[in-house]
Amino acid sequence: MTATEADPAAATGTFTPRPGAAPLPRMIRAQAALETRMLLRNGEQLLLTVVIPTLLLVLFSAVDIVAVPTETAGGSGRAVDFLAPGILALAVMSTAFTGQAIATGFERRYGVLKRLAASPLPRWGLMTAKTCAVLVTEVLQVALLTAVALALGWSPHGNPLWVALLLLLGTAAFSGLGLLMAGTLKAEATLAAANLVFLLLLVGGGVIVPLTKFPEAVQTVLGLLPIAALSDGLRGVLQHGAGLPLADLGILAAWAVLGLGAAAAFFRWE
Amino acid sequence: MRTEPAVEVVGLVKRYGTKTAVDGLDLTVARGTVTAVLGPNGAGKTTTVETCEGYLRPDGGTVRVLGLDPVSDATALRPRIGVMLQSGGVYAGARAEEMLRHTATLHAHPLDTGLLIERLGLGGCGRTPYRRLSGGQQQRLALAMAVVGRPELVFLDEPTAGLDPQARRATWDLVRELRSDGVGVVLTTHFMDEAEQLADDVAIIDGGRVIAQGSPEELCRGGAENSLRFTGRPGLDLASLLKALPQDSTAAEPAPGTYRVTGTVGPQLLATVASWCAQNGVMPDAIAVERHTLEDVFLELTGKELRV
Repeated sequence: MTATEADPAAATGTFTPRPGAAPLPRMIRAQAALETRMLLRNGEQLLLTVVIPTLLLVLFSAVDIVAVPTETAGGSGRAVDFLAPGILALAVMSTAFTGQAIATGFERRYGVLKRLAASPLPRWGLMTAKTCAVLVTEVLQVALLTAVALALGWSPHGNPLWVALLLLLGTAAFSGLGLLMAGTLKAEATLAAANLVFLLLLVGGGVIVPLTKFPEAVQTVLGLLPIAALSDGLRGVLQHGAGLPLADLGILAAWAVLGLGAAAAFFRWE
Repeated sequence: MRTEPAVEVVGLVKRYGTKTAVDGLDLTVARGTVTAVLGPNGAGKTTTVETCEGYLRPDGGTVRVLGLDPVSDATALRPRIGVMLQSGGVYAGARAEEMLRHTATLHAHPLDTGLLIERLGLGGCGRTPYRRLSGGQQQRLALAMAVVGRPELVFLDEPTAGLDPQARRATWDLVRELRSDGVGVVLTTHFMDEAEQLADDVAIIDGGRVIAQGSPEELCRGGAENSLRFTGRPGLDLASLLKALPQDSTAAEPAPGTYRVTGTVGPQLLATVASWCAQNGVMPDAIAVERHTLEDVFLELTGKELRV
């Protein structure tokens, strides 16, 4: 061994160093799969992202608790035609904002983000993986909620491309706000605040209660909320078959720029 | 390129607000060695290690790990080092095996995760979510995650804190095997026996500086003097014994029949005492060299008082 002692290639122990990062696509795919499993395995998350939207959709379609303006509806004039777009908006908010904020807040608190920062996966790779996990969850939510809504007699209209565009911009807007919260507040504060905001926006964002039920001055302000823009845009397309909802997309884009920009500037990793 | 040190810290300064955590610290770690960083709580151990890991940007001085700057060369450095944080680092809902496999996936030539699971006794809890693992199991998982990527150098922050004796042994065995396979290890610890057992080199940190560095033997040899102790019949003639001993020695009978000789304790002194005993018809029972432990040295250097 004397001649080769300094040669690392000659050593053959179990732990003999052979460092190297995996190829980037493999790292991001693995991270996205892990993040998705973590989201889908968490009971509280599922309550928020699946159970609550589904229950609200079924309950409010079947029982006339809040008088929805079916008289303005295109198509069947059923409550579900008003509700389904709002519930889709709620599903996006529950995953991209509430769920992501709470999960990321606790990952930060328990050093998960810190430990991953020492791994070969770059930070942008982690954020890409998180976004993929959110999108995968949303696809599952939309599929489930669409099936339930169709079973309740929903007849959607409009261009699916505009729907996809709204959902994507909504996801960007809510992700920015969720990450901003997770990266700046304590995990417990994020948990409380994210749930509170979820509840407030559920009531005041045109999801199940039409904005027209509020005083006119309040309506204008509420209309600028990302959840209101998303439900209004989705309703315009899906219920009334409207064209490209530029105003709503503009509001969502503004929130996305503000939220993601602030998150990038203020996010603290530990 | 292989000759440069694994870690080279020169004049490191790190402040948190007005508090200076690390104050002009120098530390060199040779490749392929085990270095233990000892120090009281708040001495700056974790700050130093986390600066080497690239988590913290130095306020002064330079840090090179494997010849690279941990902050600006992070992309090149990260795959080559393994990191075990003091706590946490795993998704609460992730299963032990799942998380280790995932960490392996991020590396190009990872170790067999099954082997690591077995080596660290995690087989029985591989399907258990992280939040329901015991503290010791969480520690061992974090250790496995630090080595699974086959790094050249691993940083272990208090790797055996909260472990039971068996798990502690398993961790020690792993560290020894890492070393013999050519992996460098930098570990922080509060356990003196851990440092004595594992480390080629010990750096004692206090007040944000390295106040002593050397092999455990070197550190124990320096500092306070050692002594030789033996028992015999009470009331031996100490003056005669002292005459036989070298100049710098002392001899005392602290308790009847118990004798203590201090001085340059070595084979020569032992022979002198033994031959004096032979000349005086004394059977020196229980003759023993009392060496200072690393703990004695540590307490002598850092003070015995509790820090507030």
